Amino acid sequence: MSPSIVLVLIVALAVLAFQIGKARSIAVAGGPRHTRSLHSLPGHYGLLTAFWCVLPALAVFGVWVGFQDSVLTRLVLSNMPAEQQSLPADQLGLLLNDLRNVVAGNVPASMVSDPVRQAASDFLRLQHVAHLSLAGVALGIGVVALLWARRRIRPELRARNEYERMIEWALFACSAVAVLTTLGIVLSIVFEAGRFFGTVPITDFLFGTNWSPQTAIRADQVGSSGAFGAVPLFVGTLLISLVAMVVAVPLGLFSAIYLAEYAAPRLRRVVKPLLEVLAGVPTVVYGFFAVTTVGPMLRTVGEALGLSVAGESALAAGLVMGIMIIPFVSSLADDMITAVPQSLRDGAYALGATRSETVRQVVLRAALPGIVGGILLAVSRAIGETMIVVMAAGLAANLTLNPLEAVTTVTVQIVTLLVGDQEFDSPKTLAAFALGLMLFLVTLLLNVIALYVVRKYREQYE
Amino acid sequence: MRTAAETQERVRAGLSRRYRAERRFRAYGMAAIAVGIAFVLFLFGTVFAQGLSALRQAYVQIDVFYDPEIIDPAGNRDPDDLVVADYQSLVRASLRERFPTVEGRPALRELYGIASSAASVELQRRVTADPGLIGQRERLWVLADDTVDMFLKGKVSRSAPEEERRLSDTQLGQIDALKSQNALKLRFNSAFFSNGDSRDPEQAGVRGAVVGSFLTLLITLLLSFPIGVGAAVYLEEFAPRNRITDLIEVNINNLAAVPSIVFGLLGLAMFISFFGLPRSAPLVGGLVLTLLTLPTIIIASRAALKAVPPSIREAALGIGASRWQTVVHHVLPLAMPGVLTGAIIGMARALGESAPLLMIGMVAFIVEVPAGVLDPSTVLPVQVFLWSDLPERGFVERTSGAIIVLLLFLIVMNAAAVVLRSKFEKRW
Repeated sequence: MSPSIVLVLIVALAVLAFQIGKARSIAVAGGPRHTRSLHSLPGHYGLLTAFWCVLPALAVFGVWVGFQDSVLTRLVLSNMPAEQQSLPADQLGLLLNDLRNVVAGNVPASMVSDPVRQAASDFLRLQHVAHLSLAGVALGIGVVALLWARRRIRPELRARNEYERMIEWALFACSAVAVLTTLGIVLSIVFEAGRFFGTVPITDFLFGTNWSPQTAIRADQVGSSGAFGAVPLFVGTLLISLVAMVVAVPLGLFSAIYLAEYAAPRLRRVVKPLLEVLAGVPTVVYGFFAVTTVGPMLRTVGEALGLSVAGESALAAGLVMGIMIIPFVSSLADDMITAVPQSLRDGAYALGATRSETVRQVVLRAALPGIVGGILLAVSRAIGETMIVVMAAGLAANLTLNPLEAVTTVTVQIVTLLVGDQEFDSPKTLAAFALGLMLFLVTLLLNVIALYVVRKYREQYE
Repeated sequence: MRTAAETQERVRAGLSRRYRAERRFRAYGMAAIAVGIAFVLFLFGTVFAQGLSALRQAYVQIDVFYDPEIIDPAGNRDPDDLVVADYQSLVRASLRERFPTVEGRPALRELYGIASSAASVELQRRVTADPGLIGQRERLWVLADDTVDMFLKGKVSRSAPEEERRLSDTQLGQIDALKSQNALKLRFNSAFFSNGDSRDPEQAGVRGAVVGSFLTLLITLLLSFPIGVGAAVYLEEFAPRNRITDLIEVNINNLAAVPSIVFGLLGLAMFISFFGLPRSAPLVGGLVLTLLTLPTIIIASRAALKAVPPSIREAALGIGASRWQTVVHHVLPLAMPGVLTGAIIGMARALGESAPLLMIGMVAFIVEVPAGVLDPSTVLPVQVFLWSDLPERGFVERTSGAIIVLLLFLIVMNAAAVVLRSKFEKRW
């Protein structure tokens, strides 16, 4: 009996519990005509019973499913011959991997060694037992809870209030998911990054200028010591983001000014969504566009001008990223500009200012904090953008400020370090988490500042 | 002290300069918008120009004789034998029949290169489905090789040097002969929509990726919609103003701006490494995308709930409804169009997302179409990423084709959101 069937049975039990609770409440009230003597509607008693019945069953189910595999693996392992148990950690990992593959049916049992085959059949047998007992325990607890909840039903039981309080807790749990996510991000990244900084000193990482994360797989290989100086990555990221902002800020800002101050409402209705299309295009499409169209185009232009442009230049990636960010800047700036009270504009006009003078000297100044906030958000987006740079920027860590050369970025390195082979204890993969930590901290800082600035400014005029 | 006349004079002197500045400023604005729109058109233009040809594919007509000597020498129609029989030689025989003058191994190899290796798979499929075909003759269209396809579409020029175009002069002659016999032409590319990934461009299709995207989004929707709406309802309708709810709010706003790749790191460290869920599975992809889209859905749902006027709540509470009943019976139904719009926009964002899915291993080369949420699979944007890396010309076209499919899904979703918003949203 697989866990999904148990889940279906639990749901069925819930429906049953609802009916039982409802029927019981009508019975204790003395028949369907006398339900006015109940504190709540019969349906509320049904819902309360269903909740009481399902919650413990689901809790048991969740814990069981969560821990079943690790417990079973440990049990099976302790039954294996001592020879296998005393293997070093990495070989034991391989063995467990074999075991998992056989159990999942990815690898035929004939392809692995005898102890593993034995263990796999043990595992399957135990798994069968575990699933059966899961069904028994979860449904048993559900039934017991159901009977208990049924006994509680009295006319004076405040069923609706009780069940609504439970709902409120469930809703609170929903909103707590956001906090848990942040906590999960921080914990997982900090933990793995901490392991990385255990082998590579944090100062080497932050201030080193040489990045070549290829570590040897075997200890006796040449070039076994990787270098983890992340400065070239930071510089590359900043360079590409700078190019992107040089494209996006003027274009976005001027579009926003024109749309907010000059454009007729009809033009605005057409143009605004058209520009926002750029924000809805998946980043992988931009990456493809950068590789197949913009990169070669820049090269041709560069050759015509007598410049050597690298195939994966920072310029191409930054340019395309800038295009992606235009609607981001323009819609935030638009919000900020339209939030400036009309009275300020009228005052400027009354003094004889032209429209552009009003915009430059009054409106933009009033909207400046908000616009700066928006630009900071855009910068954080540019720094965290991944697909465009993975496809269009280079892999080699060049420490340069020339946008015509290929540079690499933090996100590119995270992807290249983690896609492909996956050993969770080499500094190579852990370095990705250290980079992720830097990325998270920097974008978080930018966001916090930006949100603070924006919020503070908004309050000023409301 | 300056007189009024002097002031007027000074103002007038500066006027033309100021008006010029005004016109310039205006022109900058229009230019910025024009550039933005030009980018939109250019982007879509290049993608569609490159990708539309993926809808058509070169097929070659062969007269195949299902020779019993070759496919079923034992003569017992044993299905196990039929599966492993040598269908390739049937395809080759029919090509030889069409060009009987071709001799010698290198020349024959070139001739055989006209049909795709998918042709023999097609024959195998037909024979195993209907063993009665054995001993019969059949005329059918099979996939041509991708080099032929590229040539027919004009992507390979006839005048290019022989070694650059991957087709020899003799092959060009054979292609011309086939064309004149009407046995080689571009037809609707159904393989593109019915196949999974493949190393051969002519056989590669988006079906596996589309199904993977669908399964992943299904998980995302099932989790993020109830949780997101629940969180929004709590924060808007129930939450007391205190430290904890403030913390939750700040958190949600910050999560909305965390780079998506960080969610990928979380998925890798937590779901795969810690909980031991399978890599490359739509289940894990869906979990990661749920966390990623939750802030979007929560923020949109809160805005929709906020837009419901308080008088509705007061009326419901006034006739004795509880807070929960007020929300479920009145506020939520009225806010539903806005909530759904937010959910669709969140889903559209999830559909286009690829970076976090790279982290959890959804970049594997997978031929089979996934059948469940635990099967290894990939998703549309990641398929685009995978194909864009391949050197064959045929894959450039297919990448654009896959992008078009992706964009069509996004356009449909966004259009649905726009319709929902304009049709059902109430202005109070």
